[in-house]
Amino acid sequence: MLNIKNLHVQLEEEDKQILKGVDLTVEAGKVHAIMGPNGSGKSTLSYVLSGRDGYEVTEGEAKLDGEDLLEMEPEERAAAGLFLAFQYPVEIPGVGNMTFLRTAVNAQRKARGEDEISAADFLKVIRERAKALKIDADMLKRPVNVGFSGGEKKRNEILQMAMLEPKMCILDETDSGLDVDAMKLVAEGVNALRNEGRGFLVITHYQRLLDHIKPDVVHIMADGKIVKTGGPELALEVENNGYADILAEVA
Amino acid sequence: MAEPAPKSNPTEERLDTLTMPQNGWADAARKAALARVREMGLPGRRDEYWKFTRPDSLVQPTAPVAALFQNEEGPLFGDLDRLKIVFVDGVFDAEQSDDLTLSGVRIDRLAESADIHWASDLYGTLEGNGHYVPRPLAALNTAYATDGVLIHVTDKAEKPINFIYLHENETSDAILHHVVKLDPGAELTLLETGPAAARFNKAMEVDVADGATFHHVRAQGRDHERRAATHIFARLGAESVFKSFTLTVNGRLTRNECVIDITGDDAVAHVAGACVGDGDFHHDDTVFVTHDALRCESRQVFKKVLRNGAVGVFQGKILVKEGAQKTDGYQISQSLLLDDDSQFLAKPELEIYADDVACSHGSTSGAIDEEALFYLRSRGVPAEIATDLLTLAFLAEAVEEIEDEVLRDALVERLQGWLERHRG
Ligand SMILES: Nc1ncnc2c1ncn2[C@@H]1O[C@H](COP(=O)(O)OP(=O)(O)OP(=O)(O)O)[C@@H](O)[C@H]1O
Ligand SMILES: [Mg+2]
Repeated sequence: MLNIKNLHVQLEEEDKQILKGVDLTVEAGKVHAIMGPNGSGKSTLSYVLSGRDGYEVTEGEAKLDGEDLLEMEPEERAAAGLFLAFQYPVEIPGVGNMTFLRTAVNAQRKARGEDEISAADFLKVIRERAKALKIDADMLKRPVNVGFSGGEKKRNEILQMAMLEPKMCILDETDSGLDVDAMKLVAEGVNALRNEGRGFLVITHYQRLLDHIKPDVVHIMADGKIVKTGGPELALEVENNGYADILAEVA
Repeated sequence: MAEPAPKSNPTEERLDTLTMPQNGWADAARKAALARVREMGLPGRRDEYWKFTRPDSLVQPTAPVAALFQNEEGPLFGDLDRLKIVFVDGVFDAEQSDDLTLSGVRIDRLAESADIHWASDLYGTLEGNGHYVPRPLAALNTAYATDGVLIHVTDKAEKPINFIYLHENETSDAILHHVVKLDPGAELTLLETGPAAARFNKAMEVDVADGATFHHVRAQGRDHERRAATHIFARLGAESVFKSFTLTVNGRLTRNECVIDITGDDAVAHVAGACVGDGDFHHDDTVFVTHDALRCESRQVFKKVLRNGAVGVFQGKILVKEGAQKTDGYQISQSLLLDDDSQFLAKPELEIYADDVACSHGSTSGAIDEEALFYLRSRGVPAEIATDLLTLAFLAEAVEEIEDEVLRDALVERLQGWLERHRG
C-alpha cells in the first residue's frame, strides 16, 4: 500500500540532510510501528509524506497504491487516502471543529467523485464516533483544538481519522500526553478502524501503546534511516534496553 | 448673500458646485455649518487627520466616475421584515419605499419636514460638537445635505428600518444627513445597505437617551469604483446601548468616521467593522470615543482583509476624561494581508485623565497562518477553501459583534460569496 524507496530529504532553507535513504513498505491490513531516538527523522518522514512545505526530496520515491505521493498537493494526498495524526495538532481559532470536519469530509468525497454527505447524516455519524472517544458535544462546537488539553487534541485527531476513513493512517506520537484511560480510548479507536484494506504506521516512543495496538512489524529509525526491522519483540527490547545496543549492533 | 469668497482654493471650488437647500428650521444650522467649513477648510493632503488617506477625490468639485456593478446576489436582508426607505443616487424614491409609518417611531424626511422641533435641536449639533478634531466633510454635509431621514423613536420600534441606497448613475454625487433620536428606553435597529452613489457624503447624528438601545448594521455596497465619506455622531445617555457594525466590500475609497460621546453613566458603546478589499481599494476607519461618565464600556473591533495592493487604515482613539472612573475601554484593529503588496496603517490612541480605568488596545498585521493552512489541507480541504475558512475565522471576532444572528448570518454569507469571487 505505502511504498517508500531510498527517500532522501533535506531542508529547503538550509543545507541539512534529514532523511538519508528510507526504505519502508506498509502492506494493506498491517500495522507497522516506527521507534527511534529523538531527532532521528520520524516526524519529518510523516510531514514529507503528507506534503508539508519546507522539505526537499533529493532522491527516492514514495507511493500510495502505486500513485506518486510526492507529486501531489497535500489535499490530493488526503483524498487519495493518506492521513497524518499530528504530533502537535494545530489550533485554529475561529474555525469550528464540526464545520472543519464536514468541509474536509465533503471535499474528499468531491475529489473522489462521490456525493456529499448530508448535514443530518454527518451529524449522526460524528456524534456516534465522538461518543466512542469520549469527546463531548461542546468540544465539537469549539474552534479546532483551541483550548483543548493535550490529550483532547490527540483524541480529536483520532476522531478526524475515524470520520475521514483513510486507507493509510500515520500516527505521530499519538500516545504522548495521554493518560492511561485516554490511551485505551485512542487504541480502541485505532483498532476499530483496523481492517484488511487499511494500513497503519504508528510512530511512538513507548511499548505501552503497542500493548493495545498490536503491531505486525516494528522498525527502528536512527539518523534518517530505518536501521532495523523486526517483530513486536523489537519494541520490547527498546523498552527494556534503550537504543544503545541496537545502534551499536548496526553501526 | 454669499460672503466674499477668498481666492480660488479647493474648499471654495467645491462649495461653488453646491446649493444650500432651504427648509426653515434647519437653515440656521446649515449656515453655521457652512461657516465651520470655511473656517476649517476641506481636508487636504497635509492634514494630520488625513495622513493615511488622500482626501482629494472626496473634496474635488465633482464626483469621479464610478462604474455600476451587478452580480447574481439578491438584495441584502431581502427576506427580513423591515421598513424600507430607498434612495437612488441620493434621491428619495417613494415608489420603492414603504410607507413611512411604524409603530413606536415617527419618520420624516429632511427635504420635506416643515418644522421639526426635536430635530432642530439636533441637526448639526452633534456634528458641530466634534470639537477635538476638525471634520469639515461632515460640516459640509450639514450645510448642503439634500435629503435624509429624521427618525424619532419613542418606544420599541416594531421592526428594523432599512435605508437602501441604490446607485444607478455613474457620476452621482450624493449628500444625505440623517438624524435619529431615541427617547428614554426606546429601541431601534437601523440597517443601511447599498453603494449609494459614485460619491457619497453621509452624516448621521444619533441621540441615545437614558436606557435607550440603538443597533446599527451597515453594508456598504459592492460597486468597485464608488467613493464614500461617512460620519456617525452619537451621544449616549445613562445606561444606554449603542452598537454599530459596518461591512465594507469593494469601493475605491471609503472613509468611515464614528464619533461617540458617552455622557451618561453605565452606558455601552460598541463599534465594529469588517472589510475585504482586492486591488484598488482604500478603506479607512476613524473612530473617536469620549468617555465622560462613570462605569461605561466601549469596544472597537476592526478587521481588514486586504489583497492585491489594497490599503486599510485605522485611526482609533479612546479619550477618558477626568472623573470618568471605572471606564472599560477596548480597542483592537487587525489586518490579514493576503500578499506582500497590500498594506495596513494603524494609529491607535489612548488618552486618559482618570486613574481608575481599564483600557487596552492592540493592532496587528499578519499573513495567513501557514501551519493552520497545512493542517486543513492535510485533511483534504483544498487550499483555496482552507484560505477562505481561515479568512472568515479572522473576521469572526468583528462579525460576532453583531448580536442578531439573522443579520450576522446574512453578512457572513455575503463575505463567503465575496471570497469565492476573489480567489487566487
Ligand atoms: N524545519 C526544520 N528546521 C530545522 N531543523 C529541522 C526542521 N525540521 C526538522 N529538523 C531537524 O531534523 C531532525 C529530525 O526531526 P524530527 O522532528 O523528524 O525528529 P523525530 O524523530 O520526530 O523526533 P522526536 O522523537 O523528538 O519527535 C531534528 O534534528 C530536527 O531538529
Ligand atoms: Mg517527532
